[in-house]
Amino acid sequence: MNRQAASVLAAQGIGKTVKSGDSDLVILRDIELAVMPGEAVAIVGASGSGKSTLLALLAGLDTPTAGTVLLEGADLFALDEDARAELRGRAVGFVFQSFQLLPSLTALENVMLPLELAGRADAQAAASEILARVGLAERLHHYPKHLSGGEQQRVALARAFVVRPKLLLADEPTGSLDAESGEAIIALLFQLNRESGTTLVLVTHDEHLARRCTRMVRLTAGRIVP
Amino acid sequence: MMRQAFRMLARDWRAGEVRVLAMALVVAVASITSVAFFADRVSHALVRDAHQLLGADLVLVSDHAWQREVADEIARRGLQRAEAVNFISMARAGESSTLAGVKAVTGNYPLRGRLRIAAKLNAPDAPAQAGPPRGAVWLDERLVSALNAPVGSSVKLGTEQFRVDAVLTLEPERGANFFNIAPRLMMNAEDVPATGLVQTGSRVWFYLYAAGEPAAVSAFEAWVRTRLERGQRAENLESGRPEVRASLDRAQSFLGLTALLAAILAGVAIALGTRRFVERHLDSCAVMRCLGATQSRLLQLYGLEFLALGIAASALGCVLGFLAQAAIAAALGDLLRASLPAPSPTPALQGFLVGLVLLLGFALPPLVQLRNVPAVRVIRREAGTPRRDTLAVYAAGLTALSGLLVWQAGDLRLGLTVIGGFGVAVVVFAAVAWGALRAVSSARVARALGARSLAVRYGLANLRRHARGNSIQVASLALGLTAVLLLTFTRNDLVDAWRRSAPPDAPNRFLLGVQPDQVAEVGRFFAARNIAAPELSPMVRGRLSAVNGKPVSEADYGEERARRLVEREFNLSYADELPGHNQVVAGRWFARGAQELSVEEGIATTLGWKLGDELAFTVGAERFAARVTSFRKLRWDSMKINFFVIVPPALLQGFPASFVSAFRLAAGREEVMNELIQRFPNITTVDISAALRQAQGIVDQVINAVQFVFLFALGAGLLVLYSALVATEDERRREAAVMRVYGASRRQVTGSQRVEFLAMGLVAGLLATLGAAVIGQLLARWVFELDLPPSPALWIAGPLAGVLLLSFNAWISARKVLTASPALTLRDSV
Repeated sequence: MNRQAASVLAAQGIGKTVKSGDSDLVILRDIELAVMPGEAVAIVGASGSGKSTLLALLAGLDTPTAGTVLLEGADLFALDEDARAELRGRAVGFVFQSFQLLPSLTALENVMLPLELAGRADAQAAASEILARVGLAERLHHYPKHLSGGEQQRVALARAFVVRPKLLLADEPTGSLDAESGEAIIALLFQLNRESGTTLVLVTHDEHLARRCTRMVRLTAGRIVP
Repeated sequence: MMRQAFRMLARDWRAGEVRVLAMALVVAVASITSVAFFADRVSHALVRDAHQLLGADLVLVSDHAWQREVADEIARRGLQRAEAVNFISMARAGESSTLAGVKAVTGNYPLRGRLRIAAKLNAPDAPAQAGPPRGAVWLDERLVSALNAPVGSSVKLGTEQFRVDAVLTLEPERGANFFNIAPRLMMNAEDVPATGLVQTGSRVWFYLYAAGEPAAVSAFEAWVRTRLERGQRAENLESGRPEVRASLDRAQSFLGLTALLAAILAGVAIALGTRRFVERHLDSCAVMRCLGATQSRLLQLYGLEFLALGIAASALGCVLGFLAQAAIAAALGDLLRASLPAPSPTPALQGFLVGLVLLLGFALPPLVQLRNVPAVRVIRREAGTPRRDTLAVYAAGLTALSGLLVWQAGDLRLGLTVIGGFGVAVVVFAAVAWGALRAVSSARVARALGARSLAVRYGLANLRRHARGNSIQVASLALGLTAVLLLTFTRNDLVDAWRRSAPPDAPNRFLLGVQPDQVAEVGRFFAARNIAAPELSPMVRGRLSAVNGKPVSEADYGEERARRLVEREFNLSYADELPGHNQVVAGRWFARGAQELSVEEGIATTLGWKLGDELAFTVGAERFAARVTSFRKLRWDSMKINFFVIVPPALLQGFPASFVSAFRLAAGREEVMNELIQRFPNITTVDISAALRQAQGIVDQVINAVQFVFLFALGAGLLVLYSALVATEDERRREAAVMRVYGASRRQVTGSQRVEFLAMGLVAGLLATLGAAVIGQLLARWVFELDLPPSPALWIAGPLAGVLLLSFNAWISARKVLTASPALTLRDSV
């Protein structure tokens, strides 16, 4: 209980069941998880083990059928969707397997977007600075389609870190990249994590990536296995 | 918030996401405002030009001298005033003498339009700057011939000699009533007292003419109508020249129709464009939700972005619309003869409003869906594709737009016909397209068509799989194509039908007063000169004496026109068959020898007659009565002889009749008329070719103006076609990329798309053809009151256009798919 009280993110008895035809399909069952500040937690498991669903629930992007999630002590599912969005904007950064950059915005504008949504006046300066830190100082005005996969994911990392989130959630951050680019992204991810003291939760297939985290949580058929 | 919305607009613009949308909006507003601006100015100009046919904006006629206060009131209200007196008098020149219809006018007559005069018979004419000077008279060609009094000779009128100064070829007011008109002699009003012809008891008509600002004229008309005495009447364009009114009404209907079409098409283009925008922004919205944007924030941001877009595009559209109408007006400068009045600001306001309503009505509903994109879509892509939009989503926008359009068209029936027609068309098109595409792609058809061809199999399978999306696309395509067909083929047919309504071979001469025993002889006279004998209609003059047994008196009627009709003698005619240019609109044409009669619907309305009423007429000392068994509609612009009342021959054959005719005299045979008059001195001939030219000039001018305006609606139609074509482009690119990844050859990819597009093109083309044909017929019958023959060309061109358009699109789309690397396409779309 103490551990949960001190945690940045805690899952309490989370379950997720969806209707599939006449029967119920259980995706997650009784998940208990507490993530401490500064930790880097890797959630691993086979395809269909429920990793991505768990991540979506931890971010409050989806609603559980049982249990709840505490983000910085706030009960996510006691809030409405808009309040959750606001909390996300303030405290959570995201990195996705498919990058999810907006195709109509340049690299710089993609990174500026969360700052602009938060009404920050220094959006451009902050975004330029962090893009320089991820090595894309020369690529500020390129559109996503003119960047390589590795570069796109670096833009996504910059967008995630630019708001200095307490918590960074990453869904298969290297899943769309070749080994070399993947390696570079992992290095960058941990470097940024260290520098900004962010708590990291990532979902991955990649054992190599998972081993670099401080803790590994293994999911099998919707349950955490020790 | 505002700044963020502007930033989003700027970025979407730069990325090309809103360009088509903005273009649709600009074209919509530009076409609506240019049509509205131009229609506004043209209709003002047309009304003004048409007033030339009346000689003024308002004509007051009296059988006794006008009250001083009426004449003074015209001047007091700042209106122009001219005066004339008309009377019949014997004119003499040398040995000849004949009755002349004398019109004595003030120097400033006419206030609208110009008299036209020639230096001698059959010489080219030119507009006169003023009426005849004192001491001079102008004779029309008939009078010059009858009196043998060429220009330069002199004519005696009453006790005074006058110099013949010119041949009068056109008098604006001529055309209203050709019957019983003696040949014209025009003179200066100040010379009248010297002739001693106008004295107490003389049969003289006194005319007052007024012209000026429309509002002031209307106000004066209202004022004077309450002061009209017995024997006085006021004529405006409406009451004075029904055939001109018909042309003008039709012109305004054409213009109104065009503006409506442009607006509706733009609405469709905007709806399609927004749908595409929304589909392309689903992911962006999910990401922004992840980044902390609330639902209401998203809605506000996109709402503001679109509002800014709407205001900018509408403003640009208004400016373009203004420039375009100025260009059109300049191009038509000669044609419109007189200069156009300045445009009023109302069309700009209307265009702007229509633009905003279009954008908000058609773009907001899909935008609201963006708000509902679940954030989890960033992880599970299949999650949360908002439901496809339905017609119900657009109900509010459609209603508001319909209201605006009806307001703009200024014609409820036309507005509802077009909007309703398109509404029905959309629903029917979508339903039929869905059914047709499923039928075409059914397993049996697929087996029969291409069991061995992968392309055919895949193409048909795609059709079936995309049935819903494709049917929307086909319906949109069919709609755009319908508009294009309507504006090309059907428009030409309508314009032709309109031209035919005042045909180039319309009669240009009237024969009046042919006696029954002369009918055969007149026929032989024309035959001997190789001219088709004019068809002579009998005419008997009778006074209405009783309706349903109750004696008729003027006092029974409140309306001036009704009193005038009852007071005068009717021109009755008899015939067994319904005249060709008449149409029975109620009841049935009488049987031979029945005690029945047929009346014109307008006069029946004015006099309150109903089917079954018994009308009694007194002819000379005798009387006959018959029941009304049919109402007829006349073509006032046909220039043919029309009768208000027609009865079976048996009823009237015993009464004294004279025969009248309208016929066409070929150019260069004018001398035949002089021979005719010399041979049959009692027959009156009237040359209406000048009046006819005048009326046809108006029709031609209007048709040309309308043609120009149609180009805009055509542009809007093409934009709809484009929007419909690109609507599914992204999806098709992705599918083609997947097929190529799995080893499909270029031929297979393009082949299957071609099959799909071909089927869609055929269905869309057929639907559009049907739509254009049906809407065209409805418009022709219902709104324009023209007969539109079915057009075989339309049925060939319509389906062909559909197939060609989609084949071309298949080719373009294939190029795009094949030049892009599948990996890149797929990565873009993950």
